[in-house]
Amino acid sequence: MSVNPALVGREFPPVAPYLVGREKVREFARAVFASNPLHFDVDAARAAGYTDLVAPATFPVVIQEATLAQLLAEPDANIDFSRVVHGDQKFTYTRPVVAGDELTATLSVRTVRDMGPFSMVTSESEMVDAHGDLVVTAVSTLIVRGEGA
Amino acid sequence: MLNGITVGDVVAEKTFDLDRGSLVRYAGASGDFNPIHYRDDVAAQVGLPGVLAHGMLTMGFAIQPVMDWLGSRGRVVDYGVKFTRPVVVDPVDGASVTVVAKVGALLDDAARIDLTVTYNDETVLGKAQVQVVFD
Repeated sequence: MSVNPALVGREFPPVAPYLVGREKVREFARAVFASNPLHFDVDAARAAGYTDLVAPATFPVVIQEATLAQLLAEPDANIDFSRVVHGDQKFTYTRPVVAGDELTATLSVRTVRDMGPFSMVTSESEMVDAHGDLVVTAVSTLIVRGEGA
Repeated sequence: MLNGITVGDVVAEKTFDLDRGSLVRYAGASGDFNPIHYRDDVAAQVGLPGVLAHGMLTMGFAIQPVMDWLGSRGRVVDYGVKFTRPVVVDPVDGASVTVVAKVGALLDDAARIDLTVTYNDETVLGKAQVQVVFD
């Protein structure tokens, strides 16, 4: 069975706010082999005009994961997690994420495409800061293989 | 600002040597504990050629040479990739992934940087593009 096309346009409830910690930024930065001091050195980040350490570009995936978990767990979605492959990923930033940000993410489903042996589900997770201002939109396409594919 | 760069210029190039430790570290940092990224038996069970690097790890380090080139002169406004081939990380030899960052387009104070990311002479990311603006 393919992914339920009725998901298109569905918006999920916001996930619990995520507080971006300074040491989490450093830990993530080390894990992605970052070397720009903006991710490690608070003085360097402040000298560049940021309030605190700048999170690496792909850091928002940590927050996006919680929203994708909602989608995968949706009872009528018909998405078998063990058959899911990440197809593509994109982040669009209003500004960089910095340590101290409290981000709240909300997922909505953009498209569901039935490609025969597999389905493609594209969703976007919008992340707003404590003021409600949009910081980053993460768009992800999941490829869900059908039975026997 | 743009420092006289032109379309086609290679602005950064770097090779990343991954080992299984890199995958465990990324699993912890990202919260993605899918066992195909650290267990050979599970990878084999689901028909994979071996333990794979997280696609998001590859996306995560592929932009780092651009960040080093950019320094604090500007910021990234958009970054997208397609995951086209997996990176198999050998338990002993690991995997070396090379990133070449080239200027794809220029517009006033903005640039599109195109990334070519290869492993074993094959590209592993498609349409990997970073949009940057200069302050």
